[in-house]
Amino acid sequence: MTAPVRTRDRHEAAVGLPRLLWVPAGLAFALIALPVVGLGLRTDWPRLPELLLSEAALDALRLSLLTASCSTVICIVLGGPLAVVLARGRLPGLQVLRSIVLLPLVLPPVVGGLALLYLVGRTGLVGQGLELAFGITVPFTTAAVVLAQTFVALPFLVVSLEGALRTSGQRYEAVAATLGASPALAFRRVTVPLVLPGLLSGAVLAFARCLGEFGATIAFAGSLQGTTRTLPLLVYLARESDVDAAVALSLLLVVVAVVVIAIARPRTVAS
Amino acid sequence: MRRPAFTLDVSISAAPGEVLAVLGPNGAGKSTLLGVLSGLLRPDEGLVRVGEHVVTDTAAGVHVPPHRRGVGLLAQQALLFPHLTARDNIAFGPRAAGVGRREARARAEELLTGVDAAALGDRRPAQMSGGQQQRVALARALAPEPALLLLDEPLAALDVDATPAMRALLRRVVRDGKQTAVLVTHSALDALVLADRVVVLTGGRVVEDGGTRDVLARPRSAFTARIAGLDLVPGVCDVGGLRTPDGLLVSGLTDGVDVGDTAVAVFPPSAVAVYATRPDGSPRNVLPVRLAAIEPRGDVVRLRAAAPPGGPAWVDGLAADVTPAAVADLGVEPGAELWFVVKATEVAIHGQ
Repeated sequence: MTAPVRTRDRHEAAVGLPRLLWVPAGLAFALIALPVVGLGLRTDWPRLPELLLSEAALDALRLSLLTASCSTVICIVLGGPLAVVLARGRLPGLQVLRSIVLLPLVLPPVVGGLALLYLVGRTGLVGQGLELAFGITVPFTTAAVVLAQTFVALPFLVVSLEGALRTSGQRYEAVAATLGASPALAFRRVTVPLVLPGLLSGAVLAFARCLGEFGATIAFAGSLQGTTRTLPLLVYLARESDVDAAVALSLLLVVVAVVVIAIARPRTVAS
Repeated sequence: MRRPAFTLDVSISAAPGEVLAVLGPNGAGKSTLLGVLSGLLRPDEGLVRVGEHVVTDTAAGVHVPPHRRGVGLLAQQALLFPHLTARDNIAFGPRAAGVGRREARARAEELLTGVDAAALGDRRPAQMSGGQQQRVALARALAPEPALLLLDEPLAALDVDATPAMRALLRRVVRDGKQTAVLVTHSALDALVLADRVVVLTGGRVVEDGGTRDVLARPRSAFTARIAGLDLVPGVCDVGGLRTPDGLLVSGLTDGVDVGDTAVAVFPPSAVAVYATRPDGSPRNVLPVRLAAIEPRGDVVRLRAAAPPGGPAWVDGLAADVTPAAVADLGVEPGAELWFVVKATEVAIHGQ
């Protein structure tokens, strides 16, 4: 017998999929896909190059990619260890800590932006210190954009990576120990490679979330062309003055999102 | 070592180059024992020594972490690192010990050949069968040259076709290679082929300890008899046989036991004849039983006994191996009342 293992056998009869489910499932899909189609229909295709190549648009695109990349790196560097501590640590109160980490996920981003402003702003707890000690002002700078994006995107990376760490368990680390590997070596050569897919999908989710960030950014960083005006902010602004430009920029964001999903389809979604 | 369900309280030792098998029913504490030896578990009280090195001593507060014990582990599941090739899996231990990349690879190559897997060096675990993975896992466990190798039911998860080859490999590499090892198993065959000595754990205690052949040929506990495939009746030695708790005499040949000593009567299921009506004549043991189960076992059929109403309780669990034709002649089903008959010359009675 040479039945393929992975591909589905066309002789296999469908089991237990009620026909009624197709209706809401189709509606749900339409709700996601049709607005994008609508965007395509509304687009002024002949003027598209001109709209996308305007100085404001290019500035926003550059800024968006730069800040989203920076934020993703910070998410990995800080969120990675946090995920390991949450998944493997043995601290009392870890459960509470985990709930707090999820806060930006459920909080309206604008609220997050305001919270950041009152912490790092000129009169804020940390902001005052920074200003006095180093003469640094964070709000309404590119750094503020990165901070706002990191704030909202961090839980995506932490949750995704923590899940991967829990699923892989610690059996391989135990084996590594019996082979003479110290905890640090086992972490580097066993744990990290094993959860790399989880880390990657978490990073992709975080990057996508950074790219779409709007509320926290506008509250904490404002909207200054070239400094803090990312693509979503520009789309919102252009909507008032030049609808064609707003639609074209929206289309650009859709394309970037599709590319992100295509190069690294998040495992959590794929399986 | 106290666990929620039971307490493990044992004292075992393996001489250098010796393979010690640990047998026992589920929940006897075998895995807990290996956990303590490997350092993955901390006992409440205890002392573990590997060679000259004390690695666990609760009295002195010593607990050497697993990676500094020199204790290797091969478990049921191969657990090869999925992101590394077979060769890199094997080189992992030497690399962790600070051996150079090239030298570690050369050592891996040598071990791959040693486990008949030379062609698998570049494959990842997902591209290997269960048997191949277990071979590579054995090579990986041996690569750091552990002072003690723990084998945790290394054949239990393999399919039947792969088991004999792996068992032969373990014999060659571990037993003939004079690798000091502790083997946990459920199988009398594994113990016979692989181990020099056997301890039997039951309820967290050592109930038997001795040379593999002696322990399995002269079982003293019901569990050992069962895995050795023998019938066992406990009682007290009497003239000409064994007196059971309910006063019946099982005739047999006594072997170095004095009258009045606690003893067991042991006989192989193949020595048991089965009758539907009570037979008479000759010096034989005739035991009334109720048939509990009929189990096919290769060429023979094993009839498992339960205690009959009003009869002796100790016949429960006794087995008789008969031919399928004999079963057909008897025409019986579970629940039937039968007679198990054993010649006195087939019954060995030894001390407990």
